[in-house]
This record gives sequence, structure tokens and C-alpha cells, in this order.
Amino acid sequence: MRKAKNILFKILTITSSVFILTLLLFILYIIVRKGLPAMNWDMISKIPEGGFYLGKAGGVLNAIIGSIYLVGGAVIISILISIPVVMYLNFIIKKNSIFSRFARLCYDILFGIPSIVYGAFGFTLMVFFGIKASLLGGMITIALLIIPIMIRSIDEVAYMVPRDLIEAPKSLGATNYETLKVLVRQLLPGITTAVLLSIGRGIGDAATVLLTAGYTDSIPTSITQPAASLPLAIFFQLGSPIPEVQNRAYASALILTILILVISFTARYFSKKLSKHI
Amino acid sequence: MIISRLVKDKLARYYMFVLTIFCLLILFIIGGGLIWKSWPIIKGEHFLKLLTTSSWRPFKGEFGFATFILSTLYVTGIAIIIALPFALLTSIYLSEYATKRMKKFFIPVVDLLSGIPPVIYGVWGTLTIVPLISEKIAPHFVDFSTGYSVLAGGIVLAIMIMPLIISIIIEVLSSVPTEMREASYSVGATKHETIIKVLLRKVAPGIFAAIILAISRAFGETIAVLMVCGNFTDLPKSIYDSCYPLPALIANNYGEMMSVPKYESALMFAALLLFVIIVLFNAVSRIILNHVEKRYQ
Repeated sequence: MRKAKNILFKILTITSSVFILTLLLFILYIIVRKGLPAMNWDMISKIPEGGFYLGKAGGVLNAIIGSIYLVGGAVIISILISIPVVMYLNFIIKKNSIFSRFARLCYDILFGIPSIVYGAFGFTLMVFFGIKASLLGGMITIALLIIPIMIRSIDEVAYMVPRDLIEAPKSLGATNYETLKVLVRQLLPGITTAVLLSIGRGIGDAATVLLTAGYTDSIPTSITQPAASLPLAIFFQLGSPIPEVQNRAYASALILTILILVISFTARYFSKKLSKHI
Repeated sequence: MIISRLVKDKLARYYMFVLTIFCLLILFIIGGGLIWKSWPIIKGEHFLKLLTTSSWRPFKGEFGFATFILSTLYVTGIAIIIALPFALLTSIYLSEYATKRMKKFFIPVVDLLSGIPPVIYGVWGTLTIVPLISEKIAPHFVDFSTGYSVLAGGIVLAIMIMPLIISIIIEVLSSVPTEMREASYSVGATKHETIIKVLLRKVAPGIFAAIILAISRAFGETIAVLMVCGNFTDLPKSIYDSCYPLPALIANNYGEMMSVPKYESALMFAALLLFVIIVLFNAVSRIILNHVEKRYQ
């Protein structure tokens, strides 16, 4: 009886895991099956032409480029902010001090704040400073969204750096600042994973850009212009009653899914490879 | 030479310190900004009336948030009920039963599931869950349902929060020392009994924290629920009726809100509600998790 229960429980846990795997495959299958027939070269090489939203020719190049600009800008901003923060928390002050722990708690909380709240806040900020919906507004808001992700994932690696490695350069007479330059190599796997994770999160998020970046059919040429993005392209096209436009939404969803898959496999590859020689 | 090195060192230190403080302040600036923006409506209306009435007529100046708050609660409740058993069983399998190779295979599956963007879940939901509800499930219980409903939102959200719960529970389970399992085996307990009676009891606070974290994630999820929930401002009467969660309200109306000043304030109030609840929930669960993980170190 007890043995039977034991085995039954094991089977139950396996079934549940297989169910989760099936779910992932099912989601991917539906996206591919719906997206593939509507996919063509025009989708990724052309911007919308006249009558695009009535089913005429064109593609979503504007959204692809827009997303790359938005996320690229946001990632650069947040790298410049999060690496110094992580270094300060782990190497300059004691990594277990009350301040460090409080800061980590705050970043964890920031990490949990949903993108729509960042979006609403970014919108308020832009109204306050008189900026219209633009590439700049979108970049700043996405940066706010991904800074906590970056800080937390680089911090995980930085926390593990052994004390000796911090003290070795110092014993040779290096200042704190010079020591940090040595330690950057140690953080590289963490930074790479963090960047890829942030790109994945940033490129897929719709709620922030919906409120701050606007939408346009052309490719932005300056940061004060509005920019299109892939999630919004999917969202808006799916809302259309015209079947051709809806099909394009599915194709756009396929593009976004492929992008995300590529990013997450690259992240996996790099985090394995770079952490080998440390 | 020495001086310039020391100056550089000092400058770098200040730069890092300022950035660290700045990032901390973001939390408080967001809170402050939202309070400031939603102040007109907090001050102008009776606070309880805002939360408990359901009449939403922005152009007449009536702002009742009950529909949105209830919608958010219903959708989240369903999501947790569906997600929890699967997440719990899967994390038990991955941390207690799975071989190294199975783990190597399954952990990326969970990661991928959490990496899929919300908008893709939305597309998938409208393609599969919505028709499933309107054609197969709802006709057994109600006369008519479009499928865009509380249930659809709950199911889609459940899948979205599963990876989060799984990865947290795996982490807390792995913090329990092996000795504790072995002690249980040595008195003759089977693996199943060890898991149920020893491990789960030990990590109960961690599971609780995971649930709270998942709830706060579900509260804030926007675009996916916006796509499958239907978004009518009437109170949902059954789980097959459409609903209108708070984040969807903000996302749907941000454009027109500029014309009516109080409308903008009302939407910012919705953001403030989300912000306050989520900050509280996150703080509580992070504090619990920090304790749980430290206990055995």
C-alpha cells in the first residue's frame, strides 16, 4: 500500500512535468502553424505601404528596427547604471552590510513591479518634462524595467567572487578603482547573461512601449520621433477585423518568438562557455 | 601620478555611490509620482466609495473601481488555483526525482516558458483558449459566452506564472540539507512520505512566498489579459463573462485620458493601487525567501 502510494506519487510528478513540456510545445506549435503560412520575405524587409492596414502590401520592418533601437538604447543605458551599482554593493562596501542587503531588497521589489506601472510612470515623467511619445521615452522606460533584472543577475555572479581575488590586486598596490577593472573579467559571464536576459524581456514587453514610445509606420531617424515595436505590431494587427491583417499579426508573432528563442539559446550557450575558465 | 590615481578612485567611488542611491530612489520616485498624479481623485472622492462602487462613467465624473479590482482578483484566483498543483508537482519531480540528465532537459523548458513574451501568450490564448471556452466549455454552463472571459484570463495567466512558482520552489527545496531526507529514510519512511511530511513542511514558508510572488506577477500582467479578457466595464457574473482587470484599464485608456483631467488622475490611481499592493507582496515574499534560504547555511 505504501509502496503503491510511493510509485503513484512519482508518476503524478512526472505527468505534471511532461504536461508542462507539452504546453510549451503546444504554444510553439500554434504560433508556428498560424504564423508560417502568412510569412514571406516582404514581412521582414519592407515597412508598411499604403493601405497596409486594409490588407495591402508591406511588412513590419519598422517594428523590427524600432524594437532593436528601443531595446538597444535601453540596454546601453542600463549597463552603464547596473555594473557600477553591483560593484559598489559587492566590492566597495561589504557585500553583507545592512545597506547592501536593504539595497538588494529594494532591487528585488523593483524587479517585481509590472511593466504597466513603469509605463504609467514613464508617461507621467514624459508629460512632466514635455517629451512626446518617442524613441527616447520608450528607451528610458524600458531601461527602468530592465535595470533591476540586470542588477540582480550580475549581482548573483559578483556575490560569488572569492575574497582573495578582490585582495590580490590591492596587495599589489592597486586602488579600488583599478581592482574593479580586474574584476570585470570575473563578472563577464554574469554580464552577458544579464544583457541577453534583459534584451529578451525588453523586446517582448508591450505595456511599457504602448504608453511611451507611440507607433509609426516609418523607421525613426532621431530619438525624438515615435518608434514602432514588434509586440505592438502584433497587438494592433490582431485587433483588426480584416483577415489578411490578422494573418500578419500571426507572422509577426512568429518573428518575435524566433527572436526570443535565439536570444535565450545564445544566453544559455554563453553562460556555459564563459563560466568555464573562471 | 599617485594623485591622479587617487582622484580617479574617489571619482569612481562617488559615481558608483550616486548610481546606487539613484536606483534605490526609483522605487520611491515612482510611488511619489503616482501619488502626486492620483491625488485629485483621492482627495475629491470618498476613498472607500472609489474602491467599492462599480459605476465607471469617466465623462460624467463617476469613477468606481470595483469591477476592475474584482476582475483582477477573480482572474488571479483562477490562475493560482490552476497553476499551483502543476507547479508544485513539477518542482518536486525536478528537485527530488529527476536524474541529472532529465534536469538538464527540463530546466530550460521552464526557462523558455518564462521567456515567452506576454503578447505571444495573448495571441496563443485568443487562438486556443478563447474558442475552447466559447465552443466547448461554456455551452455546458451558460447560454452564451464569447470566450473572452474571466476563465480565459485565468488559464493564460496560470501558464504564465507556472515557471515563476516552479523555479522558486526548486530553489527552496534545494536549500534543505540532504541529511534531513536521510534522517527520514532511516526511520523507514518512503520517498513519498519524506517529501510530503518532511520536505514540504520544511519549505512551507518558501511555497507561501512563491505564491505571493506569483499573485503579484498575475496582478500586474497587462497585455495578455487585455487580449483574452474581453474588457467590459460591467461586473462579471460568472467566470464565462468578460472582465476588465486593472492593468488592462490603464493600457486601454491612456490615449484619451488627456482630455479629461480627472480621468488621467483615475488611471494613475489604478497604477498606484497596483504599485502599492505589488510592492507590499514583493517585500513580504522576498523577506521570507531570504530567511528560508539562510536557515541552513
